[in-house]
Amino acid sequence: MAETPQLPTWPDEVYRVLKDADVRQVGMVPDAGHSRLIRAFEADPQTRVVTLTTEEEGIAMLAGAWLGGERGVLLLQSSGVGNCINMLSLPVICRMPLLMLVTMRGDWGEFNPWQIPMGQGTKAALEAMGVIVTRADEPHLVASTVSGAAHLAFNTWRPAAVLIGQRVLGAKNFKELARK
Amino acid sequence: MNVPNALLHRREVVTELLRDRGDLLVIAGLGAPNWDISAAGDHPNNFPLWGAMGAAAMMGFGLAAAQPKRRVLVITGDGEMLMSLGALATIAVEKPSNLTIAVLDNERFGETGMQKTHTAAGVDLAGMAAAAGFRTSRIVRTMAEVSELRDLAHHGDGPVFAQVKVNPEALTFVLPPADGVILTTRFRQAVLGDNALYN
Repeated sequence: MAETPQLPTWPDEVYRVLKDADVRQVGMVPDAGHSRLIRAFEADPQTRVVTLTTEEEGIAMLAGAWLGGERGVLLLQSSGVGNCINMLSLPVICRMPLLMLVTMRGDWGEFNPWQIPMGQGTKAALEAMGVIVTRADEPHLVASTVSGAAHLAFNTWRPAAVLIGQRVLGAKNFKELARK
Repeated sequence: MNVPNALLHRREVVTELLRDRGDLLVIAGLGAPNWDISAAGDHPNNFPLWGAMGAAAMMGFGLAAAQPKRRVLVITGDGEMLMSLGALATIAVEKPSNLTIAVLDNERFGETGMQKTHTAAGVDLAGMAAAAGFRTSRIVRTMAEVSELRDLAHHGDGPVFAQVKVNPEALTFVLPPADGVILTTRFRQAVLGDNALYN
């Protein structure tokens, strides 16, 4: 019988931070690292959780939300950052707040070589488009990093992303799974 | 103008869609739809996109979700809609009752030399929206049908999708402000009041 993994509590802290920031719309392409946070928002009747077919839909959705006076957050995996590049023109040139929480792949402990190119390019791609990037690599630093990015985004009206490192999330190993 | 099958003129279509617009909120996709809504009269409740191709439908959705008591009309082109077909699935799942998407379908990429788009080969955008689950989806070919669409956009039960077949005519550009901060701020001030200026 497998050990029961200890459940991380940082997603609950991040949920509180985002509620305090008055987030009402959550756009997401799911990632395992975001699953606990997604469940918290899905149980929250004040928040609309929108499953996207591709991450750039969420950039446009949250721009529309801002025009209508609502704040939101985009939850995505690092591979999805690549899908957002041109769409980031919108919040950058309109000076709109955008908060992106990016769970990393192609990072610490990665086993799948196909995750490496976009994972290693994530920060550079965001910064090339003018997004302010901060990063958390330890569980106890995630909520405060998200809080700082939310203040930056919503008080200075510009895009900010938090990269949540694979060290926080735990690396998958499909080779081990394949042997079971 | 009684020629059967004559294609509609896009500026006449947009003028009719925006007739007695009241507090209707309008997002326009980049290129000709931007110039079209501006030709009908620049307005603080207009958000004309100058870039971010593929943004229009989802931007309209985010706005409609944030402002459920207002009506939101997205006017965009066939090329711009084709770039974000997945948005039709996302919006159909969310079912915003106050959102209408009107695609002015000239079957061309108008800004880049009038190259044919996929709709020129028969790709049925209205069929795709219907299959995704839009409450109403139709192809519009006459001004009488445009008037029905106008009423749906203003009062109907959405989400509504329409593929409006228009003439691939190249018209004089009518330009709204180009600065994104000006467009954003004036729109937010119009919708949210002066509070929008204070964060």
